[in-house]
Amino acid sequence: MVAHAEAHLDHHHEHPPEPHFSSRISPSILGMYLFIGSEIMLFGAFFTAYFFVRVVNGVQWPTPPYHLPVYMAFINTCILVTSSFTMHWAQTSIKRGNVFGLRAGLLLTFLMGLTFLITQVVEYLRIGFNTSNGAFPTIFFCLTGLHGCHVFVGLTILLFMTIRAFRGHFSPDHHHGVEIGGIYWHFVDVMWILVFLTVYIL
Amino acid sequence: MARNPFRSEDQMFKFLLVVIGGAVLIALGAWIDTWVGVGVAVVAVAGIVWWLLQEPTPGAAEQPPRLDSSTPAGMHRILVLAPPGSSSVRIPDAVTDVLVVVPALATPTESLTGAVDDRRSAAEETSRALVQALARDGRTIRGEVGADDPVLAVEDALRTFGADEVLVVGGDGIADAVRARVAVPVHDA
Repeated sequence: MVAHAEAHLDHHHEHPPEPHFSSRISPSILGMYLFIGSEIMLFGAFFTAYFFVRVVNGVQWPTPPYHLPVYMAFINTCILVTSSFTMHWAQTSIKRGNVFGLRAGLLLTFLMGLTFLITQVVEYLRIGFNTSNGAFPTIFFCLTGLHGCHVFVGLTILLFMTIRAFRGHFSPDHHHGVEIGGIYWHFVDVMWILVFLTVYIL
Repeated sequence: MARNPFRSEDQMFKFLLVVIGGAVLIALGAWIDTWVGVGVAVVAVAGIVWWLLQEPTPGAAEQPPRLDSSTPAGMHRILVLAPPGSSSVRIPDAVTDVLVVVPALATPTESLTGAVDDRRSAAEETSRALVQALARDGRTIRGEVGADDPVLAVEDALRTFGADEVLVVGGDGIADAVRARVAVPVHDA
C-alpha cells in the first residue's frame, strides 16, 4: 500500500495568501454590499457638504438672486419615475415570455432616461449661474451632476440591454442582464428622488 | 434579517414605490412649510428603515436545512474538526480518508477588520501538524483551514467532503452545536 499522506498546505508564502471565503456570505452579495456602501459614502459626502452649506453656515437656499427651476425638475422627475415603471414592465414581460413587452419597455426606458439627461443639460445651460458663483451653485452642480453621471452609466447599460433584447438574447429562463440592469436603474431613480427632495423641495 | 431591496428587480421596484410614497408625503409637508417637510422626512426615513427591518426575506426566519453527506462505497471517511493548537487526535485504524479542518478562530473585531492572517497561519500550523501525525499507509489525509466559526467550518467542509462521521476535538459544546446542524454522526474526540 502506498502512503497517500499529503500535506495540503504550503509553508512558505512567497505571494499574498489565497483569497478565502465561507458560505456565510457569497461573493456576489458581498460585492453588492460593498457597492451600496461605496455609493452611500459617495453621495453622503456631497449631502454632508450640502448640509454644511445650508444648515451650519445658514446660507439661504437658493442664494438670492438665483432661482431653481422647480417645475422643470418636477417634470423631469416624473419622466424618470415613469421610466422605472417601464423598466419593471420590461422585466415582468420577459418573465412571461413577452418579447415585445421587453423590447418596448427597454426602449421606452432608454428614451425617457435620455430625455431626463438632455433636460438636465438644458437646465444647466439656462440656469444662470455656475460653480464660480459660490458654495450653493457648487453643491447644486455636484449633487445633480453626480446623479447625472449615474444616469449616464445607467443609459449605457440600458443601451446594451436594449440591443441584446432586439437580438433575442433574453428568454424567460435567461434574463439576468435585465434583472441586474433593472436593479441599477431603480437605484438611480431612488437617488434622484433624494436629490430632488433635498435640492429642490426642502 | 432585514429585507434587502437589492436582491431582485421586483424587490427594488417595491422599495422604489415605498420611497415614492415617502417623497410625496415630504413634498406635501414642505408645501406647508420647509420645517414641516423636514419633520416629515425624518419620520418617513424612520418609517422606511422600520419597514426594511420588519419585513424579513422569505425563508430567512426558518432554520437552515440540516446538511447531510454521502460516502462513496468501500470507504470510511472521517472529518476531524480540531481547534488551533491541537497536537494529536486518535482515530480508528479502519478510516481510509481523513479531512482535518482547523477553524481560523478570530475575535469579532479581527473578523470585521479582516485581520485574520495570524489566526489563519496558526490554523495552518495545526492542520499541518495533525496531517503529519495522522498519516499512515493506505490512508488519504489532507488538512485545510476553515471559517472562523467551527460549525460553519464543518458545514463548508461537508459540501465537498462526504464523511461518515465528524470527530470534534475539544469541548465547549462545539460537538452539540455541530450535531444540531449536520445529519452525519458527530463524536467527541
